Amino acid sequence: MSSGAALLAPLLLVPLAGVIILAVLGHSRRAGWINIGISLLTLLASLGLAAVVLEKGHLLIGGGMFYIDAFNVYLLVLTAFVGLTTAIFSRAYMLDEMAHGRVNTKRLQLYHAMYQGFLFTMLLALSTNNLGILWVAMEGATLATVMLVSLYRTPESVEAAWKYFILCGVGIAQALFGTVLLFFAAERVVHHRDRALWWNVLYARADHLDPAVMSLAFVFLLVGYGTKVGLVPLHNWLPDAHSEGPTPISAVLSGLLLNVALYALVRIKMLADPTLGALPGELMMAFGLLSFLVAVFFLHRQRDIKRLYSYSSIEHMGLMTFGFGLGVPLATFAALLHMTVHSLTKSALFVSAGHAIHLAGTQSMERIRGLIRAEPTVGWGLLIGTVAIAGFPPFGIFTSEFLLLLATLQSWPWLTLPLLAGLLIALAGLLRHVQPMVYGEPMAGWKPVRANVLPVAVHLALVLWLGLAIPVILAHWFIHATILISGRSPW
Amino acid sequence: MATLSLYGQSILVLASLILFTSFALLAQTRALPLIRLFAWQGILLAVTTALVAWVTHQPHLYVSALLTLGLKALLIPWLLIRLVNRLGLHNEVENPKANALVLLGAAALTVFCYEIALPIMRLSTLLTRNVIAVSLAVVLLGMLLIIVRSKAVTQVVGFMCMENGLFFAAVVATYGMPMVVELGVAFDVLIAAILFGLFFLQIRDSIDSLDIDRLSRLRETDE
Repeated sequence: MSSGAALLAPLLLVPLAGVIILAVLGHSRRAGWINIGISLLTLLASLGLAAVVLEKGHLLIGGGMFYIDAFNVYLLVLTAFVGLTTAIFSRAYMLDEMAHGRVNTKRLQLYHAMYQGFLFTMLLALSTNNLGILWVAMEGATLATVMLVSLYRTPESVEAAWKYFILCGVGIAQALFGTVLLFFAAERVVHHRDRALWWNVLYARADHLDPAVMSLAFVFLLVGYGTKVGLVPLHNWLPDAHSEGPTPISAVLSGLLLNVALYALVRIKMLADPTLGALPGELMMAFGLLSFLVAVFFLHRQRDIKRLYSYSSIEHMGLMTFGFGLGVPLATFAALLHMTVHSLTKSALFVSAGHAIHLAGTQSMERIRGLIRAEPTVGWGLLIGTVAIAGFPPFGIFTSEFLLLLATLQSWPWLTLPLLAGLLIALAGLLRHVQPMVYGEPMAGWKPVRANVLPVAVHLALVLWLGLAIPVILAHWFIHATILISGRSPW
Repeated sequence: MATLSLYGQSILVLASLILFTSFALLAQTRALPLIRLFAWQGILLAVTTALVAWVTHQPHLYVSALLTLGLKALLIPWLLIRLVNRLGLHNEVENPKANALVLLGAAALTVFCYEIALPIMRLSTLLTRNVIAVSLAVVLLGMLLIIVRSKAVTQVVGFMCMENGLFFAAVVATYGMPMVVELGVAFDVLIAAILFGLFFLQIRDSIDSLDIDRLSRLRETDE
């Protein structure tokens, strides 16, 4: 108990202190380094916490306020890790933006403070035991990033931020109504009022919750958190918000925030499953498949490099939602693995795309050509990342998609057809845009950039490793999380 | 049907007044009266919460009532009015399309809410259970306001109106949420209100207007 608390406290307090420190020092040239330092401390705390959870199974910390088990601890580590690598990328990137006059010192200060604020709200959402606080933290994550999306103050970015704010605000309001309904159902079975929204308490009594109220609550929560996951038809804000903000923010939005929203949805599904049977799973499968299929077609129509990868995020979030919806252990395992490899690959892609944008001075894909000649590390990073995200072996995404297809074949054989067709269409859509960007002659007049490809290399190496062999510790977590979510081990 | 106690009657009257303000918001086309109506809704909500707290002896609801009064009835309307004056929007009139149809739609939505709320009302033993449908209606009418209007100020009022509905739902369905959650939600609402204010300035600086219809650069069909 005490060792867990001793590690969770810094995990949450370090980024919170980071908000204050960077709110004061965020404009200085050293702010990038401070940001990296804070993220590194956060990562160390999360690794320590993971070691404790590995030993003890699950932890109830702070008198029941926080609950850590195999499912959220690996997401905590993933969030802290991608937070650190993106901070490393962000230091050079934001200095470059300063040099080009796109941000002034005041906005840089806001950027750094809110970067840590965003990490804090995500870590809080992942570690809290209270479903009400989970909602508060999710809304907090929106509020922390909305000013970052409009950081450049161009008409497009202000529009994207407004859309993000209003659509996500309306969406997440549905989730709060769902939470009220859940509390209403919980009050009947949990007699201690203040504990009625505690996830571990509710989970223990989930089969006593009233089915009529739970079905209503689940639908509201699915629509609410589904908006934040980016499920079609509630996805409209996502490509705008992910493409108009600074690139490090695109990387953490696509790589991390979507995962946290999906995490919330899966926790709710675990509560609804015992009383509602197949309904929650089937709803999630339907929304997931729809998102996947719509997004793969939109991939073909994009002109902006960051919008391309945003639609790819919708596609993959759809696949994961579908996987969790299937509910069988193999599909759950595949979806958990997919969450990890998608985060790593997508943030690497946004980092590469950010370098390409700086090189070309535009986000329009028609004006980005010959990256491999111009800046080999950026070009190869973009190409390998795209090949990985499209699901080629031997990368980790191939493994998770293969397992997901296998699980689909065992439980809903007909649905493998649209899945396979969708994956092929997505592959064509990605390669038709990326191939001309990386090969051929570079355009005239490009200025070389100081590319920091360390985050890209580390992420892609990890994805490759996960595709070849999943480390024992990680497999252990995934299997434990699978048992928690679906009740059985995948093998 | 059993006769209602004085308490039950006053809750119903207050709830219908809150619903009425929601309809009035949909019909109002000027910025300043719109904000004043929103403030009235906040006051009614605070009074309802205080009444529930007094009759059911739930002391924590007094805190919620005070929070609502301070935030939704005073602070946010004050912020909005200040912004409207500063940006010179008080003379602007919005011309919503087919407003009669929108109001009819709103009435239909309210009936629909009664249908949705049936399973909850059947389970609830609280005196306030009749009002759950009204609270859901306030949420949906707020959403409708955001959808049919194109002025930034109106959309913010719609957003806050949804929050009012959610808070109302929590009060009448479960006598409020746990305190820690309510404080968190209030904090989020406060931050959202401040961000909205900053946004007004940004939107005006970037497109010289607070008409959201002009925010249409990001489209799939664009070349």
